[in-house]
Amino acid sequence: MADPLLEIRDLKVTFRTDDGLVRAVDGVSATLYEGETLGIVGESGSGKSVTMMSVMRLITDPNAQFEGEVLYKGANLMGMSQDEIRSIRGGGIGMIFQDPMTSLNPVYKVGWQIEEQIREHEHVSRQAARDRAVELLTAVGIPNAHERADAYPHQFSGGMRQRVMIAMAVSCNPDVLIADEPTTALDVTIQAQILSLIRKLREEFGTAVVLITHDMGVVADMADRIAVMYAGRIVEQGTAREVFYDPQHPYAWGLLGSIARLDRPRPRRLAAIPGMPPSLMRLPAGCAFAERCAHRFERCAEAPRLLDRTGTGHLDACHLSLQQKHDVRDRTIHPELVEERP
Amino acid sequence: MTEGAVELALLEEGPEVAKGEVLLRADHVKKYFPIKSGILIQREVARVHAVDDVSFDLRAGETLGLVGESGCGKSTLARCIARLYDITSGSVEFEGADISKYSRRQLRPVRRDLQMIFQDPYASLNPRKRVGAIIADPLRIHRAGSRDQIKQRVLELLQVVGLSAEHFNRYPHEFSGGQRQRIGVARALALRPKLVIADEPVSALDVSIRAQVINLLDDLQDDFGLTYIFIAHDLGVVRHVSDRIAVMYLGKIVEISPAQELYQRPVHPYTEALLSAVPVPDPDLSASRQRIVLEGDVPSPIQPPSGCRFHPRCRYATDVCRTEEPPLVQHGSLGHLAACHHPLNTDNGGVDTAVAGTVFEAASPA
Repeated sequence: MADPLLEIRDLKVTFRTDDGLVRAVDGVSATLYEGETLGIVGESGSGKSVTMMSVMRLITDPNAQFEGEVLYKGANLMGMSQDEIRSIRGGGIGMIFQDPMTSLNPVYKVGWQIEEQIREHEHVSRQAARDRAVELLTAVGIPNAHERADAYPHQFSGGMRQRVMIAMAVSCNPDVLIADEPTTALDVTIQAQILSLIRKLREEFGTAVVLITHDMGVVADMADRIAVMYAGRIVEQGTAREVFYDPQHPYAWGLLGSIARLDRPRPRRLAAIPGMPPSLMRLPAGCAFAERCAHRFERCAEAPRLLDRTGTGHLDACHLSLQQKHDVRDRTIHPELVEERP
Repeated sequence: MTEGAVELALLEEGPEVAKGEVLLRADHVKKYFPIKSGILIQREVARVHAVDDVSFDLRAGETLGLVGESGCGKSTLARCIARLYDITSGSVEFEGADISKYSRRQLRPVRRDLQMIFQDPYASLNPRKRVGAIIADPLRIHRAGSRDQIKQRVLELLQVVGLSAEHFNRYPHEFSGGQRQRIGVARALALRPKLVIADEPVSALDVSIRAQVINLLDDLQDDFGLTYIFIAHDLGVVRHVSDRIAVMYLGKIVEISPAQELYQRPVHPYTEALLSAVPVPDPDLSASRQRIVLEGDVPSPIQPPSGCRFHPRCRYATDVCRTEEPPLVQHGSLGHLAACHHPLNTDNGGVDTAVAGTVFEAASPA
């Protein structure tokens, strides 16, 4: 395979607080190749957003400490000056956030906000930037884009605002698009619209996408490869098919068992994961998931590394042997293979 | 019921409604919110048709799921039923009595039997009260027993929802989202209600915690014979908990059906589109299935479209849909009602939908 477009090497992010150190991201490594979609899944506090915010150097908290490298086309983003990183942010790497209302400036017209971004990165005339903005708004499916460019963010619905965000994110033809929970605030029919738009842009421009989400359905739909995060670490990483059809980590089993899914018979009960994620201030020395894991044993007191235990490039951080996993997995995901409730 | 349950002698029991009998009947319920304008003299210039002519029956012991997108009126409907809003017209019968015109005093005994659980466990618990006091509130207000009895009952409730006695003196901020939702559930159950209206009770929670709370609600229903109205926008969650499901669009019920049947044979094109929009956690199925992507947004409920309200976004719409409002009538099997001029999946020459078939065939019972 060619050189990775984006490579995260052993990224650690800690926040100093009054109560101690919060290890938000604890040694994350990931790669993104040209044109592919990497899905990062995990629950609140698993470190998925902090990882990508750190990659973009968007965390300005003076109490944050970073370790590790982030290479974009070979250049280390962590060592760049503010000016250098600004030329990449919004240029080579575009971003979409969860809440378009807070990420658009409410006092400027949306067209102007897109123009500004274009003019920041390219030397073009105001008129040319304006034409491009209208063109982009049309491309993301805003009807009547010519007039709507002169509207303010509050005059758009949630779905339309997210389209504006996407137009802005792709305005400088980025090679990487980071989408942090892009559809979480939206209704399902609008979510379907936005996902199909991202899919279309990905096909048209060959943009690589990092999709951060907690929704297993959305990653199954969009991602080529998936990284599952738990308590600041990646616990499993593989192709979408590997993670869904051959999941290795008990946390991934728990996630899959927790979803009330429409494509399977209704189980009597959902296989919920007991307990809650550990505090990032007092992470256990061993496996962070052990406390909630039904299959823990003595070795779990020692932190498992993210390794290729299957021999196929499918990584996981669990001490159980392949055979053990194979034996208990289905029981964990579907504890009862019952038919429909009467 | 749990062993050694505290008897609250001071709470009178209302007339029992046997399982399977109608507990609640909503009849042509309308709720319009006025939009006023003008200086000094406020004139009503328009109305938001939040709930527009909704009728349904709810039987004791069942769970009715209410789904639809934001702004479809599902929460407003719930609040109308709980009499948190006064309805514009129509009636709400609870245990055979029309409570829609009840005064506050008349409502007091009804409120015991009819409780709500809210979406946001951060906003629905008073941050300055201890958990024990929060759960005891309904008991105190309804003078359900002596101090000791109430305390005993609260401790018992904490246990029922999976918290422990040591949580009694803590404040809401000391709890995680899932635990806070459990506190909300305990408070709702304090007076042994008959009907619990849960408005998006798990939407703010993480997937694994969500499953815990759903299982809890499920167990409580079995243990206490509760009747639920369960509002959610997650169609997977709704299918999991519901016996019957009503789909709402722009203030109206467009389809109501036994849960399983709704997913296997959706009759209304909106239901079909809604189901097809749910992402499936299965990469291969996801890649192979057809999606119906609805164009545009939900229209404004201030001036809803003429005829069928869904027609501007419907791919089957014809002239009749623009002019004539379709009635909610039975399609196919008993209890499956839909309001559509071009019903799908019906034997009498409806449009055949490959989509629903391919996606949900796995869900059919063996």
